[in-house]
Amino acid sequence: MIEVTDLHKQFGSVRAVDNVSFTARDGEITGLLGPNGAGKTTTLRMLYTLMKPDRGSVRVDGIDATTDPLAVRRRLGVLPDARGLYKRLSARENIDYFGRLQGLDAATRARRIAQLSEALDMGDILERRTEGFSQGQRVKTAIARALIHEPKNIILDEPTNGLDVMATRAMRAFMLHLKAQGHCVLFSSHIMQEVGALCDRIVVIARGRVVADESPEALRAQTGAATLEDAFVKIIGSEEGLAA
Amino acid sequence: MNNIFTVFWKEVRENLRDRRTVINTLLTGPLMAPLMFALIINASISRELAKADKPLPVPVAGAEHAPNLIAALKRSGAQIKDAPADPERAVRDQDADLVLRIPADYAKSWSAGEPAQVEIIFDESQRDAQGSVARLRGMLNAYSQANGALRLVARGVSPSVMRPVVVADRDQSTAQTRGGGLFGMLPYFFILGVFIGGMALAIDTTAGERERQSLEPLLVNPVRRGALLAGKLGATTAFAFTSLLLSIVAFSIAGHFLPTDKLGISLQLGVHFALCTLAVMLPLVVVLGCLQTLAAAFAKSFREAQTYLSLLMFVPVVPTLMLSLFPVKTQDWMYAVPLMGQHVTILRLLRGDAILPSQFAMCIAGTTAAAIVVALVTAWVYRSERLAISA
Repeated sequence: MIEVTDLHKQFGSVRAVDNVSFTARDGEITGLLGPNGAGKTTTLRMLYTLMKPDRGSVRVDGIDATTDPLAVRRRLGVLPDARGLYKRLSARENIDYFGRLQGLDAATRARRIAQLSEALDMGDILERRTEGFSQGQRVKTAIARALIHEPKNIILDEPTNGLDVMATRAMRAFMLHLKAQGHCVLFSSHIMQEVGALCDRIVVIARGRVVADESPEALRAQTGAATLEDAFVKIIGSEEGLAA
Repeated sequence: MNNIFTVFWKEVRENLRDRRTVINTLLTGPLMAPLMFALIINASISRELAKADKPLPVPVAGAEHAPNLIAALKRSGAQIKDAPADPERAVRDQDADLVLRIPADYAKSWSAGEPAQVEIIFDESQRDAQGSVARLRGMLNAYSQANGALRLVARGVSPSVMRPVVVADRDQSTAQTRGGGLFGMLPYFFILGVFIGGMALAIDTTAGERERQSLEPLLVNPVRRGALLAGKLGATTAFAFTSLLLSIVAFSIAGHFLPTDKLGISLQLGVHFALCTLAVMLPLVVVLGCLQTLAAAFAKSFREAQTYLSLLMFVPVVPTLMLSLFPVKTQDWMYAVPLMGQHVTILRLLRGDAILPSQFAMCIAGTTAAAIVVALVTAWVYRSERLAISA
């Protein structure tokens, strides 16, 4: 469970994140929806302790991110916006490196890599060096290394960004699979259908503020719009930064 | 501690798979400098030796005015040639090292017993020609003195009347100290080797990590920044150290092939030299590794980092340059200054001069202190929030 309360972050005179609060529960997929530049990535970065909030708190499974960032990071599996791999290492070595940094022993790492390779269908690329990987293969490897330590809470920053149709479908199936296992999944997106199809809860962010925090159905009902896309446009008040 | 080793081994393994890095560390860094050095020294030594033995070609304008002088020059090893049409111009254009001009009234002055003038046309700024000019001047002086002595004897005066003071040279340099002067650039080459050896990793582990967008995922792991940095610095330092080790070994071997005995100099290139050099360079390896990491950490891309590091490469040349421009007597405090301490110590080792244990300790302690300071600054920079963000 991830609880965000009253989060603020300012860069110079720009208020990137302004009073953001929401909760992402276990066994649910929570979507962070917003146009480009709305503050999604900055919010997530504060969640996974890369940035310190100017004000407000982040609690993961009840642990405060400011007081014990290392414990919070152990409970998080994160696919950041930046998802570069070490191209001179094989996919397995990339994943194994993060497993070591998570403090897992060799047997656990081998078991987890086998599991994740199975779940993400990456058996054929596991021993290859990651140089020349397709975007989809890269994202798979990045997700596998993010989840090597079986984290309860999973944060994915625009996970389907740059993926083709097949890879996107696989990614969505994987997220549902994580939800079924009881994980708390929080992901950001600016793609409407994706959010509508996957999420139990949608948190809409625009200009650094939370403008809605509802289930998809409630969101449609609240705005009286026929589709989620119309609802979204109504909520944020413009079509700026919107992508289908 | 485990995390430090994990990061260290990953960086080492990854970079060992990069052919360019390996070549830079194991070949270019350590071998280039000593080899280039050996080549330059070899060439300059051979050239000096060849010049001293060879006949000296002397273009002479107006040779017909002084047949005796010309004959004397020929006897002392000059090879008389026809002068170019415009001697001044030929020298300026470097077509000739020098030209000897004998004026038409030479014979008249000579017969009258007055000083007969000859002119050497040369260019002082041409270092290459200086040896030839000195040789010709020596021949002319010898001819002048011999004939002066003859004239005095003819008048019944002893030639020693003309020499109230005689100067005798007593050179106190030894074969080893002369070697030290010639090898003044050597410490810089060792430092350069360290620099080249660590460069690829310093960039790859910081700016490179950011450019390929792998820094943010790495920082999400439950590992302290200090541990990440320690592992990365360790890998950079290990590569730089390997470079240094190879470079000292390479120079120790190459040094034996230099024709140093022909110049009457000798170098102390034994195990003692290698070990002491290694000891004083060790803390400097850490200083340079941290400085490189620090500079690269500010850069957004590989290319930017390379620019910073190329500029940084000029820093180690400063003490070498200072000491060769202002050759002051070595003071004790110099040992404590990083870079300068190494420079002074290595030169003394090379010359076979004694180094007090206190001076040796000062050199190591001073540089170690600098290493700690630079490491702390780097760690502080590495903790900043700005560093983490890739975009």
